[in-house]
Formats: sequence, structure tokens, C-alpha cells
Amino acid sequence: MTVADPTTPAPVLVHLHLNGEPTSVAVPPHWTLLELLRYGLNLTGTKQGCDKGDCGTCTVRIDGEPQLACLTLAVEVRDRHVETVEGLGVGGEPHPLQEAFARVGAAQCGFCTPGMLMSASAYLDDLSLQDAPVVRREDIAAALGGNLCRCTGYTKILQAIEEVAQSVLARQQDLATSDAEEP
Amino acid sequence: MLRLPPFTLHQPTTLAEAVALLAQYAPDVRVISGGTDLVPNLKLAQTKVGHLVSAKFLEKLHGITRTDTHLRIGAATGLHALAQDGDVQDVLPALAYAASRIASPQIRNMGTLGGNISLDTRCRYINQSELWREALGGCLKSHGTECHVVPGGQGCVAALSADTVPSLIAYGAIAEMVSDQGVRRAPVAELFQQDGTWHVRIAREEILVAVEIPIPSPQTRVAYRKWAVRQSIDFPLVSVAVRLDVDGAVLAGGSIVVGALGPRPRVLTLERLAGRPLDEALAQALGQMAWDRARPLPNIPYDAEYRRERMVIEIRRAVRVLVGLPEKPLVTKT
Repeated sequence: MTVADPTTPAPVLVHLHLNGEPTSVAVPPHWTLLELLRYGLNLTGTKQGCDKGDCGTCTVRIDGEPQLACLTLAVEVRDRHVETVEGLGVGGEPHPLQEAFARVGAAQCGFCTPGMLMSASAYLDDLSLQDAPVVRREDIAAALGGNLCRCTGYTKILQAIEEVAQSVLARQQDLATSDAEEP
Repeated sequence: MLRLPPFTLHQPTTLAEAVALLAQYAPDVRVISGGTDLVPNLKLAQTKVGHLVSAKFLEKLHGITRTDTHLRIGAATGLHALAQDGDVQDVLPALAYAASRIASPQIRNMGTLGGNISLDTRCRYINQSELWREALGGCLKSHGTECHVVPGGQGCVAALSADTVPSLIAYGAIAEMVSDQGVRRAPVAELFQQDGTWHVRIAREEILVAVEIPIPSPQTRVAYRKWAVRQSIDFPLVSVAVRLDVDGAVLAGGSIVVGALGPRPRVLTLERLAGRPLDEALAQALGQMAWDRARPLPNIPYDAEYRRERMVIEIRRAVRVLVGLPEKPLVTKT
């Protein structure tokens, strides 16, 4: 007979979609999503910074929205879609944001980078859903309002995201033009 | 690294189930919704509790509905959804703006209106690690007997820091709570008490279900102003809502609601200024009225005297915007 230890509640089985893969995992109710990712699933791309909602380096996307893994109870994400920085690139290729961050020099120590990338990817998705999208630095800065960087001064980060956003818009316009030219 | 202490999490799917759980475990129970205030408070041992009841799967707490007379906003409606909602922007623009100024995009995606109303009070002596607090000998809100803000003070004066509360009060919002005893409704203005250790009059057995706000007439104008050091993340250091009820070209009534003072917002009514023209003198008069009757305390960052002056500036700017004057008077070259 096993006696339940009252100080460590029994793990709860949670089903979620993690980077597109259906995942089932048992996790104690007082574990955060961040702890589940890093210590339960060995996905250490999501960083543990302040651990209380100030710094944004643990940002993941839940059902597409940037949210903080450090303040999310793991068992509360049942049936939801969680995307981490590990899921950003496709087929082993880096995401255009990751390429731009490397090219421009948007990472120095790199600790804030995964969170920055997740907030930036949500900004790009929102931008491409707009009717008349325009890339503005202040909109990018607002989208990164919950991500702290202590090295770069943000300039290179904003530049990297702006370059990718401009290229996304240019590609959308090319597609729209070629559609219009169809007989 | 901050770990959460163990607790039991309940995830009810009906309101009946939720209130039964609250009744069973009160007072050792809290409702958790977005968790953006409760989770850090649990991690820092500011709040200690054995049971959490999740509001996440309670359908009745979600969504915004509009009738001819009211807007009803479910307590678990997200702050980003609230700020972006077309009806809220249309009839309650000050509330939409207040929600848009809370914390960061991530926290607005997680946090809820009910959570913001219930946001725990904040103070430079409580929002610290347990080790830090113990080193100071604790305080009235943290296993101590001394207040470091008001020497000799007998009551906790930690600051109400919820951005949505001043405009909710200015709009005359009614909160709806449910417990196993039934439904209780109370104006948001009467929801707060002068006790920073427990300033929201919602019993542990109760769950905040929704807020109902009467749709203001075209004669009612409301503005919310927040001053903080940074454009994002920060809690308000000055937090004011101004409501002007106008009658043609003159004031008929209204209110100033000031947050970020002590545990309770200060509500100043404007009836005695009825008949005043809507001009710069009115902006000055309302600023002076707040300076006389609402006093910031050295409980949150920035010098209290400076925040008092800043509060006056924000009230003047709110009034100017509401009466169609430039927000900041033009500086003339000499």
C-alpha cells in the first residue's frame, strides 16, 4: 500500500499539443509550464529568468498568444497548443527571425532571445492578418513590451524584427500582384 | 529560481461545482484565473493557501454581452480581449484604455478583469522576497506588527494598484458575486475597504462572476490616466479616472476616482461644481480638489509628494482632453 505524501500532491495527466505534437505528460499541480518544459521534457530553449512575470524570457505561445510559462500552471494548459522556441524553425531550418537576429547581431548574451523570438513571431502573425499592414517601430516595441534585454539596448532587436516584417509584407504584396495578373 | 509551494488545484467546469468547492475549503482557498498576480504572490510566500479553484473552465465567467442598457463583462474575460473589444471601445473607452495599459502583452493575454479587480495591494515593504521581509522584521501584511510606511500605524496601507478599478467606479460598475448562499451584487465603488491585508470585500466563499456597467449617456465623458516610469510592465504610480457629466456647455456632475493611494480608491464627487463652464479653470479646480483630498503615501516607488503633484497634472490633462482643450497647454516663447 502506498501512502500519499500530503506535501507533494500526486501528478496529474495532462494532454496538450506541444510544437504541433500531441503530448501526454504527468505533472504535479504546483509545477509551472516552465518547469514542465525545462525539467519534465528537457526543452531548455525556454529560459528561466525572474520567474515572477517581469522579464519575459520564458515567453511561449499558447493558442498563438505570447504568454509567460513561469506564471502558467502546467495542468491548466490541457488541450491547448503550446509553441516554444524549439518549434519555431521548420525541418531543421532556422526561422527567418532567427536568421535575422544572427545576421544583425540582435543577441549578445542571448538569454532574452528565445522570449524575444516568441513575442516577435506573434507580432509577425498579427501583422500578416491585418487588412492594410504597415511596419512601425513603435508597434514592434509595444509587442516586445514584456521582454527585457539587459545587453543590446534593443536597437538591433528592433532592426532584426523590422527587416523580417518588411520582407514578409513584400512577399505578401508580390503574391497579391501575381494573383491579380492571373488571366 | 522560485518554486511554487504545493497546493491542491481544483478545475471545476460548472459554477455550482466551483462554489461548492469554495464553501468546502474556505478560508484556505483562492480562485485562480490568469494567475499573473496570484502565482508570483504564492512564489514569494506573500499568499499562502492550500487549495486553488480554477476559473479557467467556467464558461459563465467568459465573454462580453451588450444589452440596450448595460455591458456585462465576465470576470474571466482576458485583459487583451477587453481592451480590443469593439463594444467596450465604443461605449467604455476609458476602461478599454485602462486595460490596454496593464503590464505587458503577455500578462494582458493571461490576466483577466476579475483578477485585476482582485489584484492584491502593493507596497515596497511587501513585494519582496520572504528573506528580505523577515530581515526587516516583517510588517502588518507580512507576519509582523509594525508598519514601515506609517510609523506607529495600526492598519496596513498597501496600495490598490488595479488599473481597471478607477474607471469601473467612474462608470458606475456593479460587481456580481456568487457563493453557495446565492448571488450578491455590489457597486465596485463599495467593494474596497481600508485594510491593505485584505482590501477587496469578496469573501473566500465567493467567486466574482461578472461586472455590469450601465452604458453611459452621450453627456457622460470618462478618461483614465496612468503614470508609471515605463510604458509597459509597471504598476501605476498615479492612477486617476475623471468622469464629467455635462449639460450643454457646463458641468452637471461627475467624479474623480484616484487609485494607487492606500488600499481603497478615493472617490470625489463633482456635484458642487455643477454649472461651471468646461474650461481650463475647471481643469485647475479639479486638480486642486484632488490635491486637497487625496494623498499618496510612501508605500509604492517614487516620492509621495512628487506623486501628489503628478496626480494633479494627470487630472488636469484628463479634464482638458474631455472638454476638447489641448492635453498639454502650449508653451509660448518669450
